[in-house]
Amino acid sequence: MPANPFNSHTDYGIGIGLRVPHYRHILERKPVVDWFEIISENFLVGGGRPLEVLDSILEQYRVVQHGVSLYFGSTDRPDREHLRRLKALVRRTGTPWLSDHLCWGSVDGTYTHDLLPMPYTFEAARRTAAKIRMVRDFLEVPICVENVSSYAEFHLSEMTEWEFLSEVVERADCGILLDVNNIYVSSRNHGFNPYDYVDGIPAHRVGQMHIAGHTKFEKYILDTHDHPVLDPVWKLYAHATRRCGVTATLLEWDDRIPSFQEVHREALKANAFIAEARAAGPIRAGRPAGKSPARRTGAPA
Amino acid sequence: MKPAGSRPQNLRALQRLMHRAILRPLAPGDRTQRRWTDGRTAREMAESFVKANDRLTALERLEIYNRMYWFRILDCLYDDYPGLRAALGPRRFHRLAVAYLTRHPSRSFTLRNLGSRLEAFIRRQPRWTAPHTALAAELARFEWAQTVAFDEAARPVVTAAELAKVAAGRIRLALQPYVTLLAVRHPVDAYVRAVKERDALRTEASNAAGRSRVSARLRRVARPRPERGWLAVHRVDNRLYYKRLEPAAYRMLAALRDGRTLEQAVARGGRAVTAEQVRTWFELWTQLGWICRRK
Repeated sequence: MPANPFNSHTDYGIGIGLRVPHYRHILERKPVVDWFEIISENFLVGGGRPLEVLDSILEQYRVVQHGVSLYFGSTDRPDREHLRRLKALVRRTGTPWLSDHLCWGSVDGTYTHDLLPMPYTFEAARRTAAKIRMVRDFLEVPICVENVSSYAEFHLSEMTEWEFLSEVVERADCGILLDVNNIYVSSRNHGFNPYDYVDGIPAHRVGQMHIAGHTKFEKYILDTHDHPVLDPVWKLYAHATRRCGVTATLLEWDDRIPSFQEVHREALKANAFIAEARAAGPIRAGRPAGKSPARRTGAPA
Repeated sequence: MKPAGSRPQNLRALQRLMHRAILRPLAPGDRTQRRWTDGRTAREMAESFVKANDRLTALERLEIYNRMYWFRILDCLYDDYPGLRAALGPRRFHRLAVAYLTRHPSRSFTLRNLGSRLEAFIRRQPRWTAPHTALAAELARFEWAQTVAFDEAARPVVTAAELAKVAAGRIRLALQPYVTLLAVRHPVDAYVRAVKERDALRTEASNAAGRSRVSARLRRVARPRPERGWLAVHRVDNRLYYKRLEPAAYRMLAALRDGRTLEQAVARGGRAVTAEQVRTWFELWTQLGWICRRK
């Protein structure tokens, strides 16, 4: 299922994040790349160099918007001015879908600029799903929500992270941006099996995947995006590809960024795992879409 | 372990508590402060809503977010204010940045706006920068102007030909939103340029074999002596520029910025300004694309 309603039925292949150190190379050499993912917030500006670069990229390449500040899980109401500007950018880029994170990060209009983990509660799922629906209806573009890496868990939680993700996307009827590296990082930090996570989400909703590098410390792993993808993450990616189908995939490399060629080469390694997944065939594990925690526990919808 | 009654009971309460904990300034050694605001230990506060695991306590897990928050926003100010950082030195700049960000945490979805209130904060709380407060405030304003020049909106320009067709007493013009005018008491443009050149040289030198040869040029850039100046921070073809202005030219541009008519703006230049000077300046400003129609 490479294309589905949650990515506008597009089949985008393997992309990389558009980052400032690569601007010159991309604009001058025009390398062949399936697509670029842009951070929406970097282009929510009035003018100048950012929009000039974006327009040049749009002449040559397909672009997908990825955001870091919608904070679907914050109890704050969405900022209408922010949404209005985001909608103008959606029109400008023609992004087939828009992604942001299943997290919170602001309280009463004050921002942490971080992707903070949710308590996995039914109350949080209900509020988050309502916000996703509202944003989607305003922006008029399919939404995919991304699982974040996390370093803390809460007493309030009533379910696992993958049950929470499933609950939110089913209630919101939206897509998933499955960040395989984030699953791995969180699995090590919280002691769960990352394969249970991949097997536990509604595969038909996965519209995009992320892969990235991380950094290991003595007592935890940090999602740093400053390394090549590590082997356990590639293995999990191969499994996720078998489970969800060949899906638009994006390599994130945001710190200590090497040359464009090195980043692109790293991203294209995904092809080997895609071929492997194709040869192995799909995993026929039971689809959990009809087994969301709300239905199992009888909690109010 | 605190009784369940002291735990945040819903999403909003949890987010407010964690938000306060994350935004709280770090203690020496970049650790989370050990005492919470209500007199409890920070450990008790963290345990009220965060689970421990077999490797990290609840407080240690919360501390990861507390540290990441401060490292991220301090890095952002370091990057955006190299001139101010050089003028104050790293320790004083750090203290200023922590005080500023504690008083003015981000109210914008983008880190781009993090320094928008820094100049006002410096003037309001001079103890962080004394005895260099005037210079520090001017540097903060100058470096914020560069952020504005980089990506603020551009409106349709008014050309010299269009100007000539309209009666000067009726037309109300404006400066492009990305142009900032500055009347300064220190040559902040030359100072920041020298700091950036020094920093670039340091980066080069870190890879150079003959480091000793460049060491003299890597020393601290001396703070500028007072010297009045009038500047426009702007962009041309999406590149940043600083342009020094004649005082009369500054007054005319400031009048346009403030909504005066063209006739009033020209009068602000003063009697010493000749018609030829006015014509030359307006030709230049329209060529640079600085002049647009007032909304």
